Amino acid sequence: MEEELAPHADEWEQLGRFPDEVFRRMGSLGFLGLTVPEDYGGQGRDYWSTVVLAEELARSGNGGVAMAIIVHTDMAPTPIVRFGTEQQKRDYLEPAVRGTRIACLGITEPEAGSDVAGIRTRAVRGRDGWVINGSKTFITNGVRADFCTMAVRTSGSPADGHDGLSLFLVDTDLPGYHVTRELDKLGMRSSDTAELHLEDVHVPERALLGAEGQGFQQIMWELQGERLLAAVQAVATAQLTFERTVEHVRARDARERSRGGSDARRHRLVDVATAIEACRRLVYDCADRWNRGVDATLEIAMCKLASARTSQQVAQEALSLHADDGGLEGSPIERAWRDARLLRIAGGTDEVQREIIARSMGL
Amino acid sequence: MTPSRTSADGGAGTRLPLFGDEHDALRAMARTFVAREISPNVEAWERAEDFPRGLFATVGDAGLFGLKFAERWGGSGPDLLAEAVWVQELGRAASGGLAADLAAHAQRALLHVDVAGTDAQKQRYLEPGVSGQRLGAVAIAEPGVGRDLEAIATRAQRISTGWLLDGRKSPVTNGAWCDWVVVAARTGAGGVTLFVVDTDAPGITRRRLRTLGWRSAHTAHMVFDRVAVPEDAVLGEVDGADRALARVTAWERLASSLGAVAAAEVALEGAIAYAQQRQAFGRPVARFQVWRHRFADLATAIASGKALAEHALRLHVAHRGGGRVDPDELVRVTAVAAMVAQRTACEVADEAVQVHGGYGYVMEFPAQRWWRDAWMGALAGGPQEITTREVAATLGLSG
Repeated sequence: MEEELAPHADEWEQLGRFPDEVFRRMGSLGFLGLTVPEDYGGQGRDYWSTVVLAEELARSGNGGVAMAIIVHTDMAPTPIVRFGTEQQKRDYLEPAVRGTRIACLGITEPEAGSDVAGIRTRAVRGRDGWVINGSKTFITNGVRADFCTMAVRTSGSPADGHDGLSLFLVDTDLPGYHVTRELDKLGMRSSDTAELHLEDVHVPERALLGAEGQGFQQIMWELQGERLLAAVQAVATAQLTFERTVEHVRARDARERSRGGSDARRHRLVDVATAIEACRRLVYDCADRWNRGVDATLEIAMCKLASARTSQQVAQEALSLHADDGGLEGSPIERAWRDARLLRIAGGTDEVQREIIARSMGL
Repeated sequence: MTPSRTSADGGAGTRLPLFGDEHDALRAMARTFVAREISPNVEAWERAEDFPRGLFATVGDAGLFGLKFAERWGGSGPDLLAEAVWVQELGRAASGGLAADLAAHAQRALLHVDVAGTDAQKQRYLEPGVSGQRLGAVAIAEPGVGRDLEAIATRAQRISTGWLLDGRKSPVTNGAWCDWVVVAARTGAGGVTLFVVDTDAPGITRRRLRTLGWRSAHTAHMVFDRVAVPEDAVLGEVDGADRALARVTAWERLASSLGAVAAAEVALEGAIAYAQQRQAFGRPVARFQVWRHRFADLATAIASGKALAEHALRLHVAHRGGGRVDPDELVRVTAVAAMVAQRTACEVADEAVQVHGGYGYVMEFPAQRWWRDAWMGALAGGPQEITTREVAATLGLSG
């Protein structure tokens, strides 16, 4: 991360993209299939390896790169590991692990964000498979992905709630599959974000991932992993921001030694460190539960809520403690501040986490 | 309006309502002006990270730079209440960058000349500034130092023809295209002096900076490399920068607070409008109790910020009118108002981003700009730390 990715942080941020080669390079180093069984080119390790990867990705200095890699290694392919057929694993998982086929995950739609049951993209049975029509948005890696793990309605309507959703593996080079727009974002700018339109996209029967109609349960399961990794990255990024701020405050205290430095600044840093440590413990506790396969719906929602909020607060404190830079753009702190803001939105907003927590608590 | 009784704040507290009929008329005019000349262009200007320089002359021609200055210099005042009305209406255009450039010119640079300038300096800088023909800026902050006067390193050395300036200034809002700039430079062991310098003087170089917010603003890094200025470039007294700065900063901070509250109002209106039309879980987001209550909390915070800022405005008006206003109280109320207004602006804009969900994070929706601009205001208007220190000082607490 520090030798091959971090030196390009500014360049890729400006460019709004990082090279596809990064996927292949990380694939050849074995980073992209840490928990994938060895039969499919992976390392067959447990979840803690993923935690290490997600933590260290923060050291790329670029929230967008970290997010794109995690979407590719975990968010999009994990359902294939769990629900996929042997053929699907050969066709999608293996090349994803090598980094030769880039993955994206298609859940969110223009009219269905937090409200997954509101998905309108529809697949209807055709002669030898399915025909998909609809739109997806905020799709990380979506501009350059080779395939998409996509949530689609196979029966019923949004009014029916959770029933009737299914997962599909959709190749992005199929006729009728259009990247309609690349979205320009506030932060995470080194990663590409797509708006997709599907117009009579024919997929074969074998594109269905897992059982028909199980999509909502599959997504809810996938989202837990996504939330936990968002929390891991939130804490790791906050830690890096904290370390940079400590350096800055030290330098400033040294300049102001004649005036005794600032105990108020030191105490603000202490509060930041305490908040990070509390979230890190929450993250590790959830990672342990997830690793052992114990249900952790409540804990992961709390972990995501607390970590995303802490990450933003840490970034804000860091920015405020760097205020003598006058809010100049392009500094790592300013970038971390813009990047961190996404964490309270993506993977389910704060409000969604609170709803999950409230329901889990019987409220 | 004459205060009906004399009180500790010079009767300022009795000025209710704050604004008179003439101010309501001005507000209507300013609102029309902003709606016609500024608001329709804000999105395009933000994308271009620019706006036409000629806007200064348009504002000047409409008389909107002259509200707080005497007729002698092309103004229609001094009327601080009228100025406040204009600042509030400009704030509602929700273009922090444009407002910051105009404020650097009018609330800081022109005010410095008005407060401390000689008649010759006023003729040269204030009058063409009020008409919007020649643009000013103020260069106090330095890289890694901020606006901390005790730490600034730019020096002015006496030479036979005047002074020689050396140093770096950043960020200078409106600095990338201004015609003249008020510069703070160290003139003695402990003293700092203000100079007013034409930017075409040999030895001045500048480059434009990108900032996290205020992207349409023309913020610059300026380098002064052996810049020779005449004796009459001194603005006010030699070694007397701190007093002039205290006065201008107090007003600038108040104007920023009024602008921040106006921007927060716009962000809240935008957040509510979005929540009313966006459906989730089968109903508009605005129908969820959680959001209704949060909007109510934000409206309350805005009301507090506005009440504080307008109370500070009362004190400034009374003080300027010769009323008996405790200077410490003026500083304290202004600083408290700034803290509440800037924090509220950040909080409201943050919730506006949040209620937009993913759309809060994409550049085609204005919520992200409200958020960046609110933070920029909080960072630039006098970092929280400085404001906090000032409030503590008025409580008799110093380090």
